[in-house]
Amino acid sequence: MTDALKRTPLHALHLEFGAKMVPFAGYDMPVQYPAGVLKEHLHTREKAGLFDVSHMGQVWLKTKEADLGSEGAHEAVAAALETLVPGEIRKLKKGGLRYTVFLNEEGGVLDDLMVTRPAREDRQGYLVLVVNAAVKERDYALLRENIADRVNVEVQDDRALLALQGPKAAAVLERIIPGVGEQKFMEMRPYDWRGAYLLVSRCGYTGEDGFEVSVPNSNAEDLARMILADGDAEPIGLGARDSLRLEAGLCLYGHDMDETTTPVEANLGFTLGKRRREEGGFPGAEKILRQHAYGPSKLRVGLKPDGRAPAREGVEIQSVDGALIGRVTSGGFGPTAEAPVAMGYVDAAHAATGTTVHLIIRGKPQPAEVVDMPVVPHRYYRG
Amino acid sequence: MTTKFTKEHEWVRMEGDVAVVGITPHAAEQLGDVVFVELPDIGKSFKENDDMAVVESVKAASDVYAPISGEILEINDAIVEDPAKVNEDPAGAAWFVKIRPSNPAEFDALMDEAQYKEFAGS
Repeated sequence: MTDALKRTPLHALHLEFGAKMVPFAGYDMPVQYPAGVLKEHLHTREKAGLFDVSHMGQVWLKTKEADLGSEGAHEAVAAALETLVPGEIRKLKKGGLRYTVFLNEEGGVLDDLMVTRPAREDRQGYLVLVVNAAVKERDYALLRENIADRVNVEVQDDRALLALQGPKAAAVLERIIPGVGEQKFMEMRPYDWRGAYLLVSRCGYTGEDGFEVSVPNSNAEDLARMILADGDAEPIGLGARDSLRLEAGLCLYGHDMDETTTPVEANLGFTLGKRRREEGGFPGAEKILRQHAYGPSKLRVGLKPDGRAPAREGVEIQSVDGALIGRVTSGGFGPTAEAPVAMGYVDAAHAATGTTVHLIIRGKPQPAEVVDMPVVPHRYYRG
Repeated sequence: MTTKFTKEHEWVRMEGDVAVVGITPHAAEQLGDVVFVELPDIGKSFKENDDMAVVESVKAASDVYAPISGEILEINDAIVEDPAKVNEDPAGAAWFVKIRPSNPAEFDALMDEAQYKEFAGS
């Protein structure tokens, strides 16, 4: 018997909705509801899907070097975090979100995360981080070991995280939390909802418009029930979360990138801030900047298999003349693409869009094409 | 017509001297929405428990094993064309293959419906 699985504040609600529960990153989580992965996926692309992502790590950094809200408070907390990530955090606007990565000294990715600068004046000097469930304890340790002299590391175990994704997400959430519909893509705003302090971010992991709502554990079930009472919203499990992000070309940490891959190899070069590229000053900067300038030896690419056979994680990728050139890191069937979808790493010589490669599925080479990601176009809010 | 079952959640129904093979409704439900089916070539022979076919849902791939030894006489192209049929009628229209058994004793040794229901916990 292993350690008991942890439960999110929505655990009882998942069971009530008939979820099939599986262990995931130490939590008992819904992989699907009675509708099934395929319908849940399509519902999210068509209307709105509610995901419980409370297992993810929420941690706030608070500067020790300046008073909250003072001149220089944001600068101070941002400078501390920038010693661990390659992103431009100092110039983040108030209320702005940024996707970035924690790095090790070899330039490998320790985790990917969302960093947000609070909107409120009196919260300047805070940064709001959301990290992956599977490695959150390691992330907290990284922060404590490296920048605890400059920031307080405040783990928000008393907060849940709900994601509402899809073209109807804004309309559904606006009826419950008035104002969210005005938010820009990659913007966070605070709300007082029935006395609870909510942080609502317009972002997500499906390629659709949507929101992630940080809510106190004690209010999470009420909020989820109100969302699900709307005819356009359905609960969606981890199965569809995976097929949605795969079609959207988004990385799954531990699969599509890890400590052995750099952000450049993972095709996440956009996470390198312009000033950061000029100044360096992040772990593995020398290697990462060299790769950025001269190109990496391997690269994460999208793969479109011919035919209907899905290529799963671990499938060998060969050149058409039979040389091993890489492996699939994520793959499956894309319900919206109505075709198999995969991504993986290939040697740089075979990474150009349009290159034909062979995927070795059950011992047989199946032709596939290197394609641009996302396979299903993003539909983020640009209003 | 007798239908028997394997521990791998396949059903086998004798129609004359031909065995029709499919996966059980329990197996189809566990798999979820089927999106891909690969069937063997007609004329190929298998021994009992050999990998014979592949069925994949959105999330996972699963092998289908030969429930008995024999030669493939016919395959159901309809489920290759439209894999969703496997979820719609796994015990009927969505049969996988027809086999000419080479060892009838293997069929006799499979579970009957009552035994399978107890095995599958339904």
